[in-house]
Amino acid sequence: MAKSTARKKTNTVRLKFDTSWSYDPAPESRSAASISKQYDLFINGEWKKPSSKKYFYTINPATEEKISEVAEANQADVNLAVGAARQAYEKTWGKMPAKERAKYIFRIARIIQEKARELAIIESLDGGKPIRESRDFDVPTAANHFFYYAGWADKLEYAFPNRKASSLGVAGQIIPWNFPLLMAAWKIAPALATGNTVVLKPAETTPLTALKLAEIIQESGLPPGVVNIITGAGQTGSSIVNHPEVDKIAFTGSTEVGKIIQRAIAGTNKKATLELGGKAANIIFEDAPLDQAVEGVINGIFFNQGHVCCAGSRLYVQESVMKQVVRKLKDRIASLIVGDPLDKNTDIGAINSKQQLQNIQKYLEIGKKEGAEIYQPSCSLPRKGFWCPPTLFTNVAQSNRVTQEEIFGPVLAILSFRTDDEVIEKANNSPYGLSAGVWTDKGSRIFNMTRRMRAGVVWANTFNKFDPASPFGGYKESGFGREGGLHGLLPYVNLK
Amino acid sequence: MEKRLEVLKTYKIYIGGQFPRTESGRYYIPNNASGKKLANVCLSSRKDLREAVVAARGAFGGWSSRSAFNRSQILYRMAEMLEGRRAQFLEELVLQDSSRIKAEKELDLAIDRIIYYAGWCDKFQQVFSAVNPVASSHFNFSVPEPTGVVGIIAPQGDSLLGLISVIAPVIAGGCTCVVLASETKPLCAVTFSEVLNSSDLPGGVINILTGKPSELTSWFVDHMDVNAMVYCEKDAVVQKMIRERSAANLKRISFYDQVDWQTEAGQSPYFIMDTQEIKTTWHPIENIAGAGAGY
Repeated sequence: MAKSTARKKTNTVRLKFDTSWSYDPAPESRSAASISKQYDLFINGEWKKPSSKKYFYTINPATEEKISEVAEANQADVNLAVGAARQAYEKTWGKMPAKERAKYIFRIARIIQEKARELAIIESLDGGKPIRESRDFDVPTAANHFFYYAGWADKLEYAFPNRKASSLGVAGQIIPWNFPLLMAAWKIAPALATGNTVVLKPAETTPLTALKLAEIIQESGLPPGVVNIITGAGQTGSSIVNHPEVDKIAFTGSTEVGKIIQRAIAGTNKKATLELGGKAANIIFEDAPLDQAVEGVINGIFFNQGHVCCAGSRLYVQESVMKQVVRKLKDRIASLIVGDPLDKNTDIGAINSKQQLQNIQKYLEIGKKEGAEIYQPSCSLPRKGFWCPPTLFTNVAQSNRVTQEEIFGPVLAILSFRTDDEVIEKANNSPYGLSAGVWTDKGSRIFNMTRRMRAGVVWANTFNKFDPASPFGGYKESGFGREGGLHGLLPYVNLK
Repeated sequence: MEKRLEVLKTYKIYIGGQFPRTESGRYYIPNNASGKKLANVCLSSRKDLREAVVAARGAFGGWSSRSAFNRSQILYRMAEMLEGRRAQFLEELVLQDSSRIKAEKELDLAIDRIIYYAGWCDKFQQVFSAVNPVASSHFNFSVPEPTGVVGIIAPQGDSLLGLISVIAPVIAGGCTCVVLASETKPLCAVTFSEVLNSSDLPGGVINILTGKPSELTSWFVDHMDVNAMVYCEKDAVVQKMIRERSAANLKRISFYDQVDWQTEAGQSPYFIMDTQEIKTTWHPIENIAGAGAGY
């Protein structure tokens, strides 16, 4: 026994990246992106000055430099946008043959593809995510989402057996700052395909790619008012939610705000889709291919700085391999490159905002106070901007706040378990139920686990995979309704 | 000859497969249109509701993981038991102001509705599932799964058919439920719980309370271990309250205030889907070194 343990130890070689193997900077050029100094509101196919006459800055979280300023929409502006959407719904979009609707959506997808590089640069500048992710994931997936739903427009009679689907009217859509362009695509594409018109509000810290999307929509020739994009903070969002002419609310964001929305629309006929928080359990069994699992765990929690509602932020490791997994994780995060989001080698970019950084730091303190052991690799962080190194918490209890609450940052809580039943119990012990992950080589165990975990998306031997054809959405307090795939059509239709 | 004294039935509530009286010891007396007393009916309390939710939660794991085929068999058995008790239900329906002809029709529909949903138990998943053609090398599929414990305020009219029309789709999909029966016409609901008790339905899958919606609905909505709510009246104030307060744990809400349970529109697999979640599962498809197709 002792012998085999000894052999295990010498079997894995720790790679040293810190000395002779450092990377040269490989920054993406900003010159491929054009950003205006100031953006107005996109209402009825035109750029309109805000009646509030107010603008607010959007900054680069990696440098704290101002990038541009965007308009703050007040109630009067929301009224205009909703009015334009209503008008377009009644006059043009609602009456247009479905196959023509489809072609507009296809066209938007194509223009996004054509402008992919520009969009990726702006996404990383405005939100702090690594260019590798915005280039290889956010932007292409956004384009694909439009492409996927475009094709549904004239095929809805095949989606709902024995029922006829009709559109709802005006959809008010409020999206978060973690995947600004992609979330806009998730919201707009199915709404348009089902014949609705849209008023969309991007998050106040990341408005730029949505505004670029407005330019693309303008370029596509989409009839005026079909998509309106207005910027602002919580008050603007609240005006959209409470507007009597809005028929549908689609919201992605925190569970706290989701509940406020649910209360606000009580007593109305508004339909709602809520994509809210999560605290996903990612489970490693002893028979799992550990190196692959570790890569999956890394991707699960450090993808997009952990600003992912479905991030695998609770890691459960079977006791027999706990030591090994923790060591591999520590080794692996030591090799992650934290820094300039525009650098093509960067693994972890900037935290999206100062406020979010403070929130993460608050949880780091809470974790330490609760008695957890914190591990962060020594890495040099830029002096300006908002940064958080990848962080592991070990010696964590199920009841600790860092296990129970969503941190929305690069912070992983690691716990152990012995049996399948035990880990199911622990994994499901959460008010959330957005996603979950399991790593094991045993087929029957995969299905046992994926079936019993109460979550809307379950990744087995993989994590954080997304696709336009794949429905996404939560159980319990992670929200309701699905986005993506055939099931993503339902929240935007009435069935008769 | 001396006339035999009839043995009257005590109308009790149904929790966890047992027939307790309300823990509160309270009762109320609904009358029919001609002023005849229906019974001393349990006026269930918040505590009864809590007990019932505990029973429903306890039954959820077992019921949801039974094979769909087995659930189907049990629903069919419920219909058999109901058929066998026709006389009793007819009597109660008539006592609750139905005409004989209408009562016959309601009972026929109610039995057939259970059969209808018995058939759906192992079919709706196939209709509403999808294998999703994702662009990466993964096998990806989406299937419905039961939401959990469902709180149901049964329709006030159609005291038997309405009750069955809202319960059957919920349990056919693998959820468990706590039901508050029609306040003014509770007799059939209580007798139906006796049908359930002889139908191989595990205790706790359906729990039936009698009492006042005006007292209990808000406690249903506030209960943090109830995952979904079904409400069938047009009362806008109550509907608003349900949507508002259900935000506490984001219950799934269905209002069936437009449904005519007497018609075909009163049954469909879409009712089952109202208390289902869609789960999507991913797994990599091994593609070593770009190996080509196997054929």
